[in-house]
Amino acid sequence: MSTTPATAQNPETGTARVKRGMAEQLKGGVIMDVVNAEQAKIAEDAGAVAVMALERVPADIRKDGGVARMSDPDMIDGIINAVSIPVMAKSRIGHFVEAQVLQALGVDYIDESEVLTPADEVNHSDKWAFTTPFVCGATNLGEALRRIAEGAAMIRSKGEAGTGNVVEAVRHMRQIRTDIRRLGTLDETELFVAAKNLQAPYELVKEVAGLGKLPVVLFSAGGVATPADAALMMQLGAEGVFVGSGIFKSGDPAQRAAAIVKATTFYDDPKVIADVSRGLGEAMVGINCDTLPESERYANRGW
Amino acid sequence: MSAIPTIGVLALQGDVREHLAALTAAGAQAVPVRRPAELAGIDGLVIPGGESTTMSKLAVIFGMLEPLRERVAAGMPAYGSCAGMIMLADKILDGRDDQETIGGIDMIVRRNAFGRQNESFEAAVEITGIGGGPVEGVFIRAPWVESTGERTEVLARLEDGTVVAVRSGNLLATSFHPELTGDHRVHELFVDMVRTAG
Repeated sequence: MSTTPATAQNPETGTARVKRGMAEQLKGGVIMDVVNAEQAKIAEDAGAVAVMALERVPADIRKDGGVARMSDPDMIDGIINAVSIPVMAKSRIGHFVEAQVLQALGVDYIDESEVLTPADEVNHSDKWAFTTPFVCGATNLGEALRRIAEGAAMIRSKGEAGTGNVVEAVRHMRQIRTDIRRLGTLDETELFVAAKNLQAPYELVKEVAGLGKLPVVLFSAGGVATPADAALMMQLGAEGVFVGSGIFKSGDPAQRAAAIVKATTFYDDPKVIADVSRGLGEAMVGINCDTLPESERYANRGW
Repeated sequence: MSAIPTIGVLALQGDVREHLAALTAAGAQAVPVRRPAELAGIDGLVIPGGESTTMSKLAVIFGMLEPLRERVAAGMPAYGSCAGMIMLADKILDGRDDQETIGGIDMIVRRNAFGRQNESFEAAVEITGIGGGPVEGVFIRAPWVESTGERTEVLARLEDGTVVAVRSGNLLATSFHPELTGDHRVHELFVDMVRTAG
């Protein structure tokens, strides 16, 4: 029906608002690691808000060793063609050419990830240079703000990927949230030295102190294996959850994936979490993080 | 109705917090709703941006879809942005085969119509019925309106004629996300619609 006078001037892509806004749309959702089109379809069927395309899930990277790199473009294409939800993919830390390739492939988000073997032990990629938005891991507020200063449009806790053990994700989420709350108790004069101590830009520190939250979305990642794990991270302040090895290293991936999606929406309703936790079969076996040698702790990668 | 209507934001998944904040700024009492029983207390509903396939699935699983259809069919005002627009469409294209919508607006909406995230964009959009100049339109893997029925009024188009905002009776939908901009005029329009409907 009818006519309208409407107009649009100069459409602009790749703005900070479009990049950060994309992550806002994922909130309350679960992003699942997948290594092929078939797994991507299972994830989408289960209600994932996005999938993370990678060559091996972190548990297999741990087992196999060697250098972990960006995935094969054919594999990423296969996943993009298999599902209609957003597709993310990982680049190595500081490997901006892998990131350029991922952008050229049309992925919706790039994870500059400590799960892959770092390519640069000093610098992360300059994420402002890309149209595709980036998510990065962090273990504390200073690290999160350094990544945001480099252009990250979304932050996730690092946790300890591929362990099926949520303890490190809890540690990092609590640390980030505690750091934020602490900033809220400082007066304006004290924010300068807070920025120095956090090793983060003053402007971002001031912004976080005012907002009481990060200026970008904060998800949890690294060790979530059960619906209760996902709900725990949500109750601790995560705005959504990445699940890596926890789904496709378990006995019944489709059921477990759907259960984690439901538990993430009703994270504060123990009755729902109890219901969805029934009959899921075996969870991934998991690794005790305190027996992991320092060199095998992915969370120590990135700085 | 009282001067301050209570408006729910469907909180299954998506940018719920931004809509709650925008509705509050626009003069409503805003509450998240996830369960059928929570629908009883609201005068209007916002369906946020998010992943429409996830929202559809959760609405079915948790028994929200039919109660939502009943309320909307009975005249409850509703506003959907992006995924919310998809949820209010009578028919969708490029959705999943099993994807359900609440429906209510006689239109066909194409999901992810503008492309992937790299094609996501911002553009100024002039909206019929909203004064004070164009709003900043934030389009994120956004849908567009492919065609509209006779009862559906087009409120905004892009320069190339693409329809990105519509109204049909008490129902309002935009392809873009006013909740991300801090400009509350679209939410003010919707709060007015809820007041008038009451």
